[in-house]
Amino acid sequence: MEKAKLQEYWKINLGYLIGLLVAWFVVSYGFGIMLAEPLNAIKLGGFKLGFWFAQQGSIYIFVVLIFVYVALMNSLDRKFDVHED
Amino acid sequence: MDVQMWTYTIVGATFLLYIAIAIWAKAGSTKEFYVAGAGVPPIVNGMATAADWMSAASFISMAGLISFMGYDGSVYLMGWTGGYVLLALLLAPYLRKFGKFTVPDFVGDRYYSNAARTVAVISAIFVSFTYVAGQMRGVGVVFSRFLEVDINTGILFGMGIVFFYAVLGGMKGITYTQVAQYWVLIFAYMVPAIFLSIMIAGTPIPQFGMGATGADGVYLLDKLDNLHAELGFAAYTSGSKPMIDVFAITLALMVGTAGLPHVIVRFFTVPKVRDARVSAGWALIFIALLYTTAPAVATFARLNLIDTVSNNSYTDMPEWFKKWEKTGLLAWMDKNNDGKIQYTGKNAGGGDPFEGKKPEFTKEKGEYGQLLMSNKPTDNSNELFIDKDIMVLANPEIGKLPNWVIALVAAGGLAAALSTAAGLLLVISTSIAHDLVKKQFNPNISEKSELLYARIAVAVAILIAGYFGINPPGFVAEVVAFAFGLAAASFFPVIILGIFSKRMNKEGAISGMLAGLVFTAAYIVYFKFISPDTNKPEFWLLGISPEGIGTVGMLINVAVSMVVSRITPAPPEEIQELVDSLRYPKGAGEASAH
Repeated sequence: MEKAKLQEYWKINLGYLIGLLVAWFVVSYGFGIMLAEPLNAIKLGGFKLGFWFAQQGSIYIFVVLIFVYVALMNSLDRKFDVHED
Repeated sequence: MDVQMWTYTIVGATFLLYIAIAIWAKAGSTKEFYVAGAGVPPIVNGMATAADWMSAASFISMAGLISFMGYDGSVYLMGWTGGYVLLALLLAPYLRKFGKFTVPDFVGDRYYSNAARTVAVISAIFVSFTYVAGQMRGVGVVFSRFLEVDINTGILFGMGIVFFYAVLGGMKGITYTQVAQYWVLIFAYMVPAIFLSIMIAGTPIPQFGMGATGADGVYLLDKLDNLHAELGFAAYTSGSKPMIDVFAITLALMVGTAGLPHVIVRFFTVPKVRDARVSAGWALIFIALLYTTAPAVATFARLNLIDTVSNNSYTDMPEWFKKWEKTGLLAWMDKNNDGKIQYTGKNAGGGDPFEGKKPEFTKEKGEYGQLLMSNKPTDNSNELFIDKDIMVLANPEIGKLPNWVIALVAAGGLAAALSTAAGLLLVISTSIAHDLVKKQFNPNISEKSELLYARIAVAVAILIAGYFGINPPGFVAEVVAFAFGLAAASFFPVIILGIFSKRMNKEGAISGMLAGLVFTAAYIVYFKFISPDTNKPEFWLLGISPEGIGTVGMLINVAVSMVVSRITPAPPEEIQELVDSLRYPKGAGEASAH
């Protein structure tokens, strides 16, 4: 594969990674830990919101993040013709 | 049928199933033995990864830990799931593209250095042994508690089973056994959780039940916070650990998860790079099912416990209370002689009920029939001792569930422990047969004798693990922090930098790994073994506990390798090309043979 094209592919990949890892950080370390106390003032049914992010919400969002990355990369692989078979 | 019969039947049936799978999936080549022929479909691999990952600790101890720690227990929930995001995004696809068998393979090839490979092999073996001893112990505990056999007999039996399917089937046998074990363990976890949720919160979905109201119309979590305030415990939903420590522990566990060799190696077993990505997603779904249920179980169990014991007479306690008292995991010392159980926390004059880590029964009974202890009473008002492991194991009894559910929990605990043990043993045997014998001592070894070495190595590793299970070094719990801290401080940065920085060279990688390892190990050894008395926040570096120090070790590793790599020569041209080739999926198929 030619260098320039590979570099472009890699740059887009890094862009996806940064975006998704920011979300990963915000839901767990942000909402679940650093902002947990203020968020606890908001209630989600019987859950205080910060507590919910720490014990439930962050885990659901982790799952979503992985599948979003899978979808993004599968289409990127096709676009750059680096997919397998 | 009574509990005993049910337990023998269900545990026996699951064991027969594991053995049948092992015979069906016998490995014929090293590729099948090490990576199941790289032909495992992604969903199947995700399920096997989930069973591999969820150990006796996840199954038996985690909900209990959260039950006692409340919000602070979130470090385990986020820490042991968030690592899969890192795996899927930063590690798994590139390592699958690399296409060899082991993590030391990657380290050795990417850093064109046998010294780097050796550091990686030693870390892999150390981390895996630390872990496997704990699993064997878990097998023994489940056997002794549910089948009422001697703990050592239980361990020997467990060793026999693992021996059979790991030696025969290698990764291929282990993978398909782990799929069966996942179903056993998740079913065993969910059934009591669903029953409890219906009983306490009126909904069959525990994840919703946790946020629902009880029969009195009060939200369960609010009720729990009020009870905690009344009895002098820290609020259930806000916790008491300093924020920086919660942050550091969570990060060390996440990064440690992503750096554990037995988890990483599972992503070498799928056919394609894109399968490696999606497989991590499936793994996390299967894991999340248990990990989002655990905090609900913790909440229900905590409410049940307080409701049952607090300020009630010992003579009114249900049967399970007395049964678990006999095991020494529960004890009551009637310090004020009123016949009632006072259960109080630090904020209401409570604390440890007596001196010493566990009750020492004198074999005599008190006036209410309680087992008396020789421990010296403390001068606070708390009278109850509870081991956290009870919470999951006694749940079916507390909920008065049918006998077969209790038997199912035993089979689930065994499935969790055996599946993790098998995955770890495979890493140890691969490290020895492939990374040491083949790569270091005898590169011309034939495939057949390499396979023989791998099988002998599994057998020896099982014997050593069994020995540690029977004679546990008193510090099994302490060394778990080690496994994660060391994985976080060594493997994770070295792999990430190897993929994302072309400029990273062997000098940088080796010095970074050593700096991270030495710092983390020294910190943990100091606070856990040399000076345990000072293991308190005021003495910790930046207020970070030994459990969280892997985070700092990782940062040191990254800083040292960046600096050293910039002042030493760039890696050779072919290594830079290797890194380029890792970065796109095409052509992964051909690379898997070596």
